[in-house]
Amino acid sequence: MSNIPGELKYTKTHEWVRDEGDGVVTVGISDHAQELLGDLVFVELPEVEAELAAGDECAVVESVKAASDIYCPINGEVIEINEALADAPETINGDPYESGWIFKLKAVDGEDLEGLMDAEAYAEHCESEDH
Amino acid sequence: MPFIPHTEEEVQQMLAAIGVDSIAQLFDEIPPALRARELSGIPEGMSEMEVGALARARARRDGQAACFIGAGAYDHHIPAAVWELTTRGEFYSAYTPYQAEASQGTLQLLYEYQSMMTALMDMDVSNASLYDGASAVAEAVLMAVRGNRKSKSGRILVPRTLHPAYRKVAQTIVRNQGIELVEVPFDLRSGQLDRAALEKHAGDDFAALVIPQPNFFGMLEPVDELTDWAHANGMLVIGVVNPLAMAVLKPPGQWGREENTGGADIVVGEGQPLGAPISSGGPYFGFMCCSDKLVRQMPGRIIGKTVDLEGKPGYVLTLQAREQHIRRSKATSNICTNQGLLVTAATIHMSLLGAEGLARVAAACHENTDRLVQQLTAIDGVEAVFEGPAFHERVIRLSMPVGEALKGLAAKDVLGGFELSQDYPELGDSLLVCATEVRTGEEIADYAASLAHLMSGYDGN
Repeated sequence: MSNIPGELKYTKTHEWVRDEGDGVVTVGISDHAQELLGDLVFVELPEVEAELAAGDECAVVESVKAASDIYCPINGEVIEINEALADAPETINGDPYESGWIFKLKAVDGEDLEGLMDAEAYAEHCESEDH
Repeated sequence: MPFIPHTEEEVQQMLAAIGVDSIAQLFDEIPPALRARELSGIPEGMSEMEVGALARARARRDGQAACFIGAGAYDHHIPAAVWELTTRGEFYSAYTPYQAEASQGTLQLLYEYQSMMTALMDMDVSNASLYDGASAVAEAVLMAVRGNRKSKSGRILVPRTLHPAYRKVAQTIVRNQGIELVEVPFDLRSGQLDRAALEKHAGDDFAALVIPQPNFFGMLEPVDELTDWAHANGMLVIGVVNPLAMAVLKPPGQWGREENTGGADIVVGEGQPLGAPISSGGPYFGFMCCSDKLVRQMPGRIIGKTVDLEGKPGYVLTLQAREQHIRRSKATSNICTNQGLLVTAATIHMSLLGAEGLARVAAACHENTDRLVQQLTAIDGVEAVFEGPAFHERVIRLSMPVGEALKGLAAKDVLGGFELSQDYPELGDSLLVCATEVRTGEEIADYAASLAHLMSGYDGN
């Protein structure tokens, strides 16, 4: 069973979202997602200042066997990217929820995380996808 | 053994199962007037010997013409060893090997090809080739739109001095993908891309500027200035080059005068000058190189060198995660093959000539074309259209209709050049001429004498 921290929100496409306050959120991929992908060899990061809508393809994680899109979880503007991943994409495999974060968004006004899943719902989602 | 696996008995069984009497009855709903009856004008079959004799007789009718046509395909000497080796059974497959463990020889050859191309272009990486020069330009345009993430416009600046066929093919491939090719005119005196017209686009959002070197007229573009201009305006640079010319000209990886931003970002072109015969238009191959930072946007196959568990060297298809058998509809490109056989020939051709040999061929082509243009422009009524440095092609203008001149020359076994009026009506009765290293001094003198004769006859009318 993969690690699913209780304080985070999740998407169906396996991104996690951490509310940092003041409308800022951090986004990464879940432990479950990195396990499925295997050893990551490349991360294509979004551009800082890119204005994204929920559901936009905004980054790519590539392993030796697959390349997967990262979808933006909410409407917002990219304010910071994890540049360290350019040289060490495997950080996501080792520490998906902390040093393996991918980008930070400033949500547009009125945007919240209500539409996302909590840890329990996400665990069920992973379970159902496995079958 | 028959190649059609249905026996007469099986055919009858199938017809009985669907309740018809004959195969012809299946076509009943097509009105008789629309059906093709016996094919009139198609002669009876011939034996191999008869066909051989017929083909030889027809070839004699073509004569032994000296070819002064370039325009994208060039008559070069190809050492006999090139195709002798290329057509050995071990190489004689045009398909990219998926199964690395069974294809080490082919993969090593492709790896050597990539190494040679990156050396010739001074670029970081090369793929294992594309279909031809024209489709390689289209792929470079798509790649630039993907790779230039600061640009949102999907627009590309394409000079009118780029090969007209390349422009048409690129247009066909990209126009339904939301990409716009914006034409940049050329200067009627220099035959180079018009700088003043280009300057009007400064500050506009374009994903890339295409820079042909030499351009379709054979003229050299100011690649350093153009590269710096494009980079200063947030555009990528797509070099479209003749690989042979790169043996003597500054390679695309060094274009530009700015230390940090210099160099073309993507380089493509037609590989035919490297060991492929003209052969009525193909097959040829396209090549593509790029900078390290764009490698994941590069279409096609890339061969990598690695080591196995015992530390022995081995070759593999690499960066496949971006391709369609893994990424499906989100693949970098739907190109996932190459022109293996033509690339085999090119690799052997380059190995035999070496860097110095290629440079000597390039220099000989340049000198021959210079000699040709000098002799032709000495004729009354013939002038060089553009002034400035050129590689191995030039545009000349005649005071008689080009079509007539070409017909007259062909009657004397001279293929006089490529008529430009269809693609460049603004140039009038103009002809693109080329004399490669295989044209002799005598052939060049014969061309000039024949043209002089035709021109004097025409003036007399």
